[in-house]
Formats: sequence, structure tokens, C-alpha cells
Amino acid sequence: MELTGAEIVLRCLQEEGVEHVFGYPGGAVLFIYDEFFKQDKVKHILTRHEQGAVHAADGYSRSTKKVGVALVTSGPGATNAVTGIATAYMDSIPMVIISGQVPTPAIGLDAFQEVDTVGITRPCVKHNFLVKDVKDIASTMKKAFYLASTGRPGPVLVDIPKDITQHKTEFVYPEAVSLRSYNPVTKGHPGQIRRALQLILEAKRPMVYTGGGVTLSNASGELIEFVRMMNFPCTNTLMGLGGYPATDRRFLGMLGMHGTYEANMAMQECDVLIAIGARFDDRVIGNPEHFFNPARKIIHIDIDPSSISKRVRVDVPIVGNVQDVLQEMLKALNSSRERVDAAALESWWKQIEEWRSRDCLKYDRQSKLIKPQMVVEKLYEVTGGDAFVTSDVGQHQMWAAQFYKFDKPRRWINSGGLGTMGFGLPAAMGVQMANPGAKVACVTGEGSIQMCIQELSTCKQYHLPIKIIALNNRYLGMVRQWQEFFHGNRYSESYMDALPDFVKLAEAYGHVGMRIERPEDVEGALKEAFALEDRLVFMDFVTDQAENVFPMVPGGKGLSEMILV
Amino acid sequence: MENEAGALSRVSGLFSARGYNIESLSVAPTEDPSLSRMTIVTSGSDDVIEQIIKQLNKLIEVIKVIDLNDGGHIEREMMLVKVKAGEAEREEAKRMADIFRGRIIDVSDQSYTIELTGTVAKLDAFLDAIDRNWILETVRTGASGIGRGARMLRI
Repeated sequence: MELTGAEIVLRCLQEEGVEHVFGYPGGAVLFIYDEFFKQDKVKHILTRHEQGAVHAADGYSRSTKKVGVALVTSGPGATNAVTGIATAYMDSIPMVIISGQVPTPAIGLDAFQEVDTVGITRPCVKHNFLVKDVKDIASTMKKAFYLASTGRPGPVLVDIPKDITQHKTEFVYPEAVSLRSYNPVTKGHPGQIRRALQLILEAKRPMVYTGGGVTLSNASGELIEFVRMMNFPCTNTLMGLGGYPATDRRFLGMLGMHGTYEANMAMQECDVLIAIGARFDDRVIGNPEHFFNPARKIIHIDIDPSSISKRVRVDVPIVGNVQDVLQEMLKALNSSRERVDAAALESWWKQIEEWRSRDCLKYDRQSKLIKPQMVVEKLYEVTGGDAFVTSDVGQHQMWAAQFYKFDKPRRWINSGGLGTMGFGLPAAMGVQMANPGAKVACVTGEGSIQMCIQELSTCKQYHLPIKIIALNNRYLGMVRQWQEFFHGNRYSESYMDALPDFVKLAEAYGHVGMRIERPEDVEGALKEAFALEDRLVFMDFVTDQAENVFPMVPGGKGLSEMILV
Repeated sequence: MENEAGALSRVSGLFSARGYNIESLSVAPTEDPSLSRMTIVTSGSDDVIEQIIKQLNKLIEVIKVIDLNDGGHIEREMMLVKVKAGEAEREEAKRMADIFRGRIIDVSDQSYTIELTGTVAKLDAFLDAIDRNWILETVRTGASGIGRGARMLRI
């Protein structure tokens, strides 16, 4: 039976088991939207901006193991989606973005709503395709989903011209697809694994440093087994939080620019560093020359060879899927029963506990003003530590990462690599759609929340009872902090003037709004909000403007050169 | 790499995005029309070259990458150079072409066009050897390379 290109697109989505697509219609995708109307297997969620659609698909993917799918039109639809695509690219999130394109005879002639989508997104996608023949749609869609979800995941864009969606052809969905130029390595090299284990067993001061790769590989179980079996200290990057339970005493807290004192010191002073699914980002290692230490041996397990020895030379690289490599290592350790020198390990832990006793995250708990750290702590208590927490970017993001103790992966959803303000609310929408009935909190700032505020309407349409925890300090907090520390208190354009009455704004969108101004009201307000299980609640917490995020590793400084409170 | 539209763009985009230097680039289909072969001349420290190779391998259309410097190889580039060939220069121009084993492929009463093939160094040497003022126009293809003997780039 012959189907149109648009029908084929829908059929492909159904074949891939896609249940939700986030999008925004337009001229170039009208035939595709017509097909959405005629079926009910794949549900479409209409957002209010294409950036919201892509961030929602992103949050959807991060909180489940699925490939997030977004649909946008040509021209401005595609360009509005670029920020969302780059966000997913920097954090390696599996997504397929379908964009409409002007009809093939019009391409290159500056047509209405035409942009070179493939050219514009080339540097910020894992791969992209322009479909020029209706016969290629099915195989291209299959390839797109395959590329998005295998190896190091990432967003894949499929650009489909309008006339192609009208042409007809036989629909055959390929059983499998193989690309001769793409063969991601999954199993680690056994020789390298042996060398790594040898190094690990000789360690006197071992350290485990893990990142987003553990979550993407679904290897949290293996990581927990490894760390507990060896009794090693473990730290996570911002992207890796939840990969190892934060309430376990072997967890030293997040490391890096705003990491804990004990995590950064242990990272600096260890003699064998086991890096798992993390990429030695500049926010994590500080000054690379300061970080470099020839006496420290580094083992690096990562699925992407280009991440290995990119910023920091490593001694034992192991290219492979984190879960597979950890399983091999566990097998070997379980059968050999060898462990590290117990006395050395005990004295290493003593040193770490000494660093921990510094209590680097302390803040003034007696203040008459609301401390943002306290709001996050109360959020943690009221939700039992079990909520999905999305965030925007800035000081509030750091406090959420420091004070909400994530015990499970895929609970902490934030834009780490690109640091996109505006991510929090649409991502929370995606998380709630994927996890109906779950508690979803969006920790944000009054600056960030205004970037995608229009999505409050989407939340109303689809009954998404997200709780928005806005830490309102009337400043672009992180910018203000840098201006205070490094630019002589010249607060250039970091004061948030003319803020709306957020309570009235939330109510205008049909939601519940609350304004909390006193510390003693925080806990009660949170409890009240979460008790409203079917309403979105916008909570405007008026926080202390002077509060800064500590510890801080200033730009250009080494990990152990932290500024402490 | 796969002989597909946009493949060249991806490679050059990669180099410019990551600040790698392209000294020359040449690309064309191989005996298998579904494949094309690209030769890039670049420079950088060992660490940078390692990253370049890894990043190229990451591109979906790239099937295989080798560093020709890792072993015995042959390098060739072709150049067409138009030189002044009036009364004063004519004989000397012809002599130079012969010495460098170039061939004169176009003749007019004021100019010769010389076709020259060889290593990048040989072509540079020719341009240094003849009088700068005599050079009217040059066009170079960029170097292509191939491994010696059994050393092959095949999929």
C-alpha cells in the first residue's frame, strides 16, 4: 500500500514506540500535523515556543531511558529549536528532532521561512539528515533513532521538505540498520581492564570520579556495587548526581567549581583516580596545570575515544560502554577477592573525614531572611528526597545540586554542559509527561524562569502539576557573585528590575501562586504546595540577596585553591 | 568517507569550530563511487593531532582515518603556474620547467603555463627558484598521499 511521506513519518514514530512528541506547527509541517490528527497512538504536546518543545523532549528523555522527540517547522521554528538542540548535544541526550523544510524546488532560493537547517545545526547535533526522496524517509528515521541512542548518545535532526511529505511510496520499515562508518565500541579491551585493576589494587589513596556517562549507560547499580565492595570514596559531577546515592557516607559530594571541600581535596590528593563516564570538564578540574600531577595515575572509562586525554593525559584509557566495563571489572574482583591495602585505605579515609569536618556548606541558619540553601533543604525533606528536580542555571542550580541529596539517577535534570537558562520549566513538563503522578519540582531563579515563562500555558493545557520553586533574590545571582568577587562590586546589568508579581502571573495562567517572605513559613508553604497534587504551584521565595555560593574555585585557580565561606 | 552531500562541510566545519589549522585539503571519489577520499595537510602538537584524528573518526560519514606520517608514504601535489615568457624570460622559463621536470601546456607570445607535479617541497622550491616577478598566476591542488607497499587505506 502506498503512503504519503507524512503518513510514513507517523508510522515510523509508531514503529519506534514513541508515545509523546513535543512540537509547534507551521506551514512546512502541515501534512505531518494532519496525520497526527488522524491517529491516536502518538500523542502530540503543543508547547508555546519551539525552545520549550525541545527542552521538554530533553527532560522527557533524561528522566526515562527513551529517545526524546520534538517536531518543529521550517525557518524560525528550526532556529528557535537550536538552543534546545545545543543543550541536548552538550549533555549527550538521545533525541530526534524532526524539522519541516520548504519544498525541494524552493531550497536555496531564499524561500519564505527557509533556513539552511542542516547547515545551522551541523556543529550542535550528533548527526543530521536532509531527506530529498520520500523513499528515504523510513530508513532515515530508523538511522536517526539508532544514532541518537547508541554509542555516545546525542540529538539527531531530520529535515523533511514539505513536498516530500506529500509524495507517495511503499512503506517498509527496515528491520535493522547498519552504517559501515559507525561502529561504537561497547566492550572494553580486556588488557586495559587488567591494567586498570592492577593499578586500582595498588592504590593507597584511591578516588572514584563519575559523571553523566553512568546515568546514560544505566550503570548506577554496577557503580554502587563497585564503590561499596572496594570502600572507595566517590564523587559525582553536576551531570552525574544520583549515580551514586548521596546519603551514603562514601559519597563526598559534588566536585568542581562549586563542589565540596572534601571532594576537591580528595580529587587533588588521590594517587589513583578512576574516572567513569566523566570528561574532565573545565568546571571540574580547575586550572589544568595545577591539576596535573605525574605521581597520580588516572584510569578513564568512557564510550567516546575523543573525550579521553582531551584535557588531561590519562594513564589507562578504556574505551567502552560504562556498564559493560564495570561488569567485567566486578566479575574479576568478585572472583579474585583481592582488595587494596586496608591500613592505607583507613588512613586515607581519616584524612577525608578531617576535610569533611570543615563543613564547607554551612550557612547562617539563624538569619531573619530566607536563605536559599534552607529552601532546598526543606524541599528535600518535604519530598522525602524522592522527587524529580529540574533546574535552570545559576546560583539556585548550584544550591539545588549541593543541598538536595539525590539517591537515584535520572532524578536531577539540569543543563550542565551548555548551561541554558530557561531549561527548567519546559524540562519539568517533559519529566511530568513521562512520569505521571510523580512529584516534579523545578528549582529556578526569577531571571531564568522568565525565559520560557510562556510554558505555564502548556502546563495548564496538559494538567501538569509541577511545583516551581523560584529562589527570588532580585539579582542574576551568579553574575552578581562574579561581579562581587572579581569586578569590584560593579553590578553591571545584574539587577532584575521591574519584576512581575509572580503570584498574579501564575494565577493569570490558571495556576496557584504563593509568595513566601519569612523563613518560618517555608516548610509550611512547601507542604501545602505538594499537597495540591493536581495543581501547578508557583512559589516565589523572597531570598537573601547577599548570599553567595561556596565553596568556589575561581577561574584559573586550582581545585585546592577554593574560596570558602 | 561516504560520498554524500555535506560530508566536506562537516569536515571543514569541524576544523574551524575546534580551531584546527587546514594547510590544504583535497577530496574526490575513489574507484568505488560510494566512497570519497580526502587528504588534509594540517599541523599541530602530538596531542592536537591525536584529538583531530579522534574527532574526525567521530563524524558519522567518516569510515576510516590514518595519519600518513606514521609510516612510509608518498605525497604528490599538482600545480599550474603561468609565468611571463616574453623575449627576456622565455629561454630561462623553459630551462626551469625542464630542470623541475614540468611540462609546458600552454603557450602564448607573453606567457607559458607550466604543469608541475611533485612533493609540496618541490613545488615550493620551483616557486622560489624562478624570479618572483615572472609569476603571473598559480593554482595548486593541495597534497594527496598514499601509503607505500602493503600499507593501505581500505574499508
